[in-house]
Amino acid sequence: MPPSTVSFLVENQPGVLFKVSNLFRRRGFNIDSITVGALENSNYSRMTITVDADAKTLHNLIEQLDKMLEVIKVKRLDPLRTVRREMLLVKLGTIDPMAREDALRYINNQHGLILDIDDENIIAEITGEPEELDQFLGYVRGIGIVEMSRTGVTAIEKGRLMLGE
Amino acid sequence: MTEMIGAKAFVRSLEREGVEHIFGISGGALIPICDELLDSDMRFILARHEQGAAHMADGYARVLNKVGVCMATSGPGATNLVTGLASAQIDSSPVAAFTGQVNRDVIGSDGFQECDIIGVSASVTKYNVQVRAPEEIPYAVKTAFHIANTGRKGAVLVDIPKDCTTLSGNIEFPEKVEFRGYRLNPEPDPHELDWAAKILAEAERPLIMAGGGVIASGASPELVELAEFLMAPTATSLMGKGGFPNDHPLSLGLCGMHGTMEANMMVPKSDVLLVVGSRFSDRTTGRIADFAPNTKIIHVDIDRSEIDKNVEVMTRVVGDAKRALQGLTERVKRLRTWEPTTEWRDRITEFRRVYDFENENNGPYLRAPVVIRALREELPRDAIATTEVGQNQMWAALHFDAYTPRTFHTSGGLGTMGWGFPASIGAKAAKPNVPVVDIAGDGSFGMTENSLATAVEEELPVIVVVLNNNVLGMVAQWQRLFYDRRYSAVKLKGTPDFVKLADAYGAEGVRVETMKDFRAAVRRGIKADVPTVIDVPIDPDENVMPMVPPGMGLKDTLMEAD
Repeated sequence: MPPSTVSFLVENQPGVLFKVSNLFRRRGFNIDSITVGALENSNYSRMTITVDADAKTLHNLIEQLDKMLEVIKVKRLDPLRTVRREMLLVKLGTIDPMAREDALRYINNQHGLILDIDDENIIAEITGEPEELDQFLGYVRGIGIVEMSRTGVTAIEKGRLMLGE
Repeated sequence: MTEMIGAKAFVRSLEREGVEHIFGISGGALIPICDELLDSDMRFILARHEQGAAHMADGYARVLNKVGVCMATSGPGATNLVTGLASAQIDSSPVAAFTGQVNRDVIGSDGFQECDIIGVSASVTKYNVQVRAPEEIPYAVKTAFHIANTGRKGAVLVDIPKDCTTLSGNIEFPEKVEFRGYRLNPEPDPHELDWAAKILAEAERPLIMAGGGVIASGASPELVELAEFLMAPTATSLMGKGGFPNDHPLSLGLCGMHGTMEANMMVPKSDVLLVVGSRFSDRTTGRIADFAPNTKIIHVDIDRSEIDKNVEVMTRVVGDAKRALQGLTERVKRLRTWEPTTEWRDRITEFRRVYDFENENNGPYLRAPVVIRALREELPRDAIATTEVGQNQMWAALHFDAYTPRTFHTSGGLGTMGWGFPASIGAKAAKPNVPVVDIAGDGSFGMTENSLATAVEEELPVIVVVLNNNVLGMVAQWQRLFYDRRYSAVKLKGTPDFVKLADAYGAEGVRVETMKDFRAAVRRGIKADVPTVIDVPIDPDENVMPMVPPGMGLKDTLMEAD
């Protein structure tokens, strides 16, 4: 089972992220990733977490989030009817011409963008489902990852399904 | 809109909420507020430690069903409140704390008496907020009271930087506050009621367990009505004590680790268990797999996140206990087509154990259960009892009968030693004409005994019954039963002479060696103008029984230690 994706709408106020993460810590919920961003109405932010938890833990987590005063709406996104995206920035060491050739091929196959290139490194931007990023990292591990950064998963449901009202 | 300084806006805001008593201690960051309080009719009750102030506010809140207010200065004043807030929060008691804070431009610089109390208190409050301008004060106060006192009640904290109290602003007092993420759902869903009522109506061996939610929602009359119609034996959790009269023929008393035999034996044997306003604490359930393995459990709670949290139940009713019980009773009366026999109810007497109290004395000692039963007899039915935590608390829960809601108060969830005495002072401030007794142990009383100064000064003559065994008794009991009598860090050789201690504070102190003396001391204490401390020497080897050994189920309840 891939991790579950839970999205929730919060008041866009100082301290809310602290309270959310404090809740996860206090109740022992282990979160794989969390993303936050303001909505078009800047009074609200949308947070998305991915969490690898059994049904009971997931139920408790959603109920505890829902109870928070700053949380307006919380929902586990239907895995079959949700688009999920994560972005990866990765700097690959490519002094060796063979490595450089491999790197360019993998990036191209993944429809990645090359953001910077110099004699020693390539910085690539890859966007996709988190599992695709995992797979890509598996390919390029042999080339040599100098550094990398992942954004965490953001997600939205298809069709009429939605988080807000 | 009116131009006034923040401190005045704050005091006016409290007055608008109907506050009459504030428990607290002043300090640098509170000076402007305390100055304004001189011009207010609100009574400021000066504690001697902020923890005591928070417990006083908690006791006050529980007795009156009204928000209790405590106040402390920045830094150590604020951190000293934390145990009190945690105690109130976990027991769903409406307590509002207001803390001073350093000036806004100093926040974050580790200034003198600066502490991030918002961060510190986040885990032990239902809501907290720091105001950032004088104009925000009325809204923050209104919000705090609204949140503390609605839904599942709890503790809140408002942190006020000192310069927000000295500066002027255009102040407006809001009539109401709104939170999109704060949804109150007191009205139960009719479908949930239908389903639950159907199960209840078919029950052959129904049993009810009442938690603190019954008291919080004022649902005792509805609970009694339903229990009588179903002929359902009714137990309570520790927090539910008082929610169902202990002298009712269907009363089983306390269920759980130190529950009565009849409660602990009958809960697992029931076919339908209606749990109202209880969160299935581990101390109430014992080993969860043995709690009620073949029972259909119906859970009524106002807090949806409590459903299936600790015990997975068959069905639920989310909503206010009073309305839920009304809805259930009305439906069950309609649905049930047969008359139940008295067979199930009559089993209460089969399981009930009569305690052997022929010997009042145990060598030079009095026996705690006998003392507590005598205390109950000497007090009027509406007297208020608080307890400390440990053996005294469990003896009180077992032997001090409570007849009406809000007459028995204890730190059930957090188990805060030192809670009962300041809470009793808050209770006395709430109901000055009712006798208030703290059932204490020497260990617990030692933790907050400095509140005697407040009780004397404010003329709040509570009675403290110190069951004195010179030991941290409950821990010693565990060491005796489960650690081969290896007593570690429990013996209180330096316990003070409580008679002299009381005298030093200007209170009345008395040591009793016979039950006759004890009863006389209680009678004098009821009439006294000063607090009374009754020192009752008890046997350090006496155990609280019955007991479910840790990790075992209710069915494994032991009546004797060996």
